[in-house]
This record gives sequence, C-alpha cells and structure tokens, in this order.
Amino acid sequence: MVPLWWYILLGVVLFVIGAAGVLLRRNILVVLMSLELLLNSVNINFIAFGHYYDDFRGQIFAIFVIAITAAEVAVALGILVALVRNKSTLKVDDVTMMKG
Amino acid sequence: MDQAFFLLFAAASVITALTVVLARNPVHSALALMACFLQISAIFVLLEAPLLAVIQIFVYVGAIMVLFLFVIMMIDVREAVLQRFLPGGNLPALVLLVLLGVEMLVLVLWSDRFSVTEPVIVRGGDQIRQLSTTLFADYLLPFEAASVILLAALVGAIVLARKEQG
Repeated sequence: MVPLWWYILLGVVLFVIGAAGVLLRRNILVVLMSLELLLNSVNINFIAFGHYYDDFRGQIFAIFVIAITAAEVAVALGILVALVRNKSTLKVDDVTMMKG
Repeated sequence: MDQAFFLLFAAASVITALTVVLARNPVHSALALMACFLQISAIFVLLEAPLLAVIQIFVYVGAIMVLFLFVIMMIDVREAVLQRFLPGGNLPALVLLVLLGVEMLVLVLWSDRFSVTEPVIVRGGDQIRQLSTTLFADYLLPFEAASVILLAALVGAIVLARKEQG
C-alpha cells in the first residue's frame, strides 16, 4: 500500500524541477519541455486523488489536461518554427519583438 | 511490493526530469523527457488508471515527443549547445523556486488531508466502461469543447508554420 502523500510528494518534486526549467533555462525548446513536465505533475496529482477518493473525475480531468497540452504544444512549436525562420534565434531573451 | 515499484519509478522519473532541465543538448533533453513520460505512465498503472497510462504513452511519447524531435531536426541546435548554460542574474527566480518548494513540502507533510487510506473496492473489469459513460454523459460539453480547441490549434499551427507567400 503506497500512502497518498508519496504521490503528492512526487508531484511536488516534478513540479519544482519543471518550474526550475521554465525559469532558469534560456533555450525555448527546453522551456517548452519543462512546461510538459509541469502539466504531467499536475496529472499525477489528479489521478492520485481520484484513485484514493474513488472518483472518476480525476481521470476525466487528466484526459482534458492531456488534450489541452497537445493543442498547446502544436501551437507553440508552430510559433517556434516561425520565430526561427524570421529571427534565427532560440534564446528566450532575444525574443523582444512585442516589447514585453 | 507496490512501494518498491513506486520508489523505483519515482526515482527514475525524478532523475530523468533533472536530466531534462540540466542537459545542454536539446536532443538529450527530449530523450530524457520521453523516458520520464514512460515512468509516469507506469505510475498511472500503479494508480489503477490503465486507460490514462495508455493515453499517456500514445499522446506524449508517440505524438508530442515526435513533434519535438521533428522540430529539433528542422532547427540547427548546435548554436544552442554553445550558449551559456545558466546566465547570471536569476537569483530572484532561484529564491522563488526554493520558497515554492518549501511551501508545498510543508503543506503536504503537515496536512492531515493526505492520510487517506486506499479504498479496497473490488471493481470488475468494467472500470473503463464506467469511466467512458461518465465522460460521454456528464462531461459531453467539455469533451466537445476540447475537440474544437484541438481543431483550432491544428489550423493555427498550420497557419503559423506556413511560409509566407511572396
């Protein structure tokens, strides 16, 4: 029997690692991959709570999270290809066209 | 037995996640992320969510990571390997991360909300049937909205990545 907080702890650790990738890395590809890691740790939490409270809604929300992630990755990689074609850079710091 | 398997998969997933963030070459990051997704799908099996495990492998390992690898092949990543790894001046980000991690750890370890025992309900093999009934009956509208979002993302990605005419 695995206690519930082990799963939650795994989700926390993966979330912090993914947030570190988003905040500290400068390569756009690695930032996108770290975003995937963040969404996956959230999915672990959803499914763990759904299993321990014996409720299907955790799995259903995880399915929706996966669908939205797929859409996000498709759009983000399209933007990335257009960016590399126009500016030929992969560094987040160089993308300041919108003066953000 | 369950605990040993959980520790194995959790350790492997944490190590591969660290490799994703720390690897210099984006190709290595992508392959480590693929391994991490496989470990997480094994954890879904431990949580008795076999449908989610299969979806995880199909969507993440089969579709998303292949998309990433295709884009990496289209892009010259040698320049990215040479660039400075962790530029200075991100001390606020580090402090924020440490605070976030400590806060979540304290919340998890001090709260008594997580001391639920695992339910010992013996379901038949119709768990996926119940799941799909719930998904297609109670959550039909979000399901349709998700499909429209996917269609919009498909069209948007094609328009964004297309070469401009003239």
